[in-house]
Amino acid sequence: MILQIFFIIIAVVTLVSAIFVVTARRLMHSALWLVLALFGVAVVFAFLEASFFAVVQVLVYIGAIAILIIFAVMLTRGIMDEKGPQLNRGWWVSGVASAALFAGLLAALGTWAGFQTGPGTAPDPAILPQFGVDLVDPNKFAIPFEVASILLLAALVGAIYIAADKKGGKG
Amino acid sequence: MIPLYWFLAFSIALFCIGLFGVLARKNAVAMLMGIELMLNAVNINLIAFWRYFFASSPQMDPTRPLAFVAIVFVAAAAEAAVGLALIISVYRRRQTVVAEDMNLLKG
Repeated sequence: MILQIFFIIIAVVTLVSAIFVVTARRLMHSALWLVLALFGVAVVFAFLEASFFAVVQVLVYIGAIAILIIFAVMLTRGIMDEKGPQLNRGWWVSGVASAALFAGLLAALGTWAGFQTGPGTAPDPAILPQFGVDLVDPNKFAIPFEVASILLLAALVGAIYIAADKKGGKG
Repeated sequence: MIPLYWFLAFSIALFCIGLFGVLARKNAVAMLMGIELMLNAVNINLIAFWRYFFASSPQMDPTRPLAFVAIVFVAAAAEAAVGLALIISVYRRRQTVVAEDMNLLKG
């Protein structure tokens, strides 16, 4: 019971901050609300007893991606701060489409047989070390693991190349 | 205990809020924030199904969904790095971060 109340509080905080992310007028406020929403998601991971991914969420999303976004906000500031609307002219069409998708997915979820599944027994703590072994096991996930590392390397090299100031000056 | 559909409904709501952000915001950085919310919703879904169906049944290979989640994390990091680099590049060349104004390829 106490767990359910706690989950509802976390879910409400996360969803409200997510709504502020997409509606805040100032982009810096959006970025800070995004940090709160990402932290709420990390807490939800902890609810699901995925402790490793809760930590990774804090490290990768809050520590790296959110900081990267805040840097981008500061680098591109002064262009549209508080001047004019922050939403497109047809924003209500987007709102209706999102609400329709929400209702449709919820309805589809309601018809699914596994709707009320309980959590079962707690996961074995040995899963986490096993996951580490499987990531470098050639018969398991060694190839996805290496492909992911090459993807990251290529993305970082590409990001540096795209964002570099090639002419030198005036940027 | 918390039933599975609470997590699924939460992730659907988060996904739809992120979708609204991507569709409705003018600023390209704000659109990227919406994409991050959507990717987080996907991860919640994957981990919820792992917890409720895979974690306590050894014959279903409980580490496989975790590999999916790890790949989604890597893809999200790569997407944020490249997307923000593109936005900074466009800002430097055209002095705008409004997605509507990025119309160089428009016929």
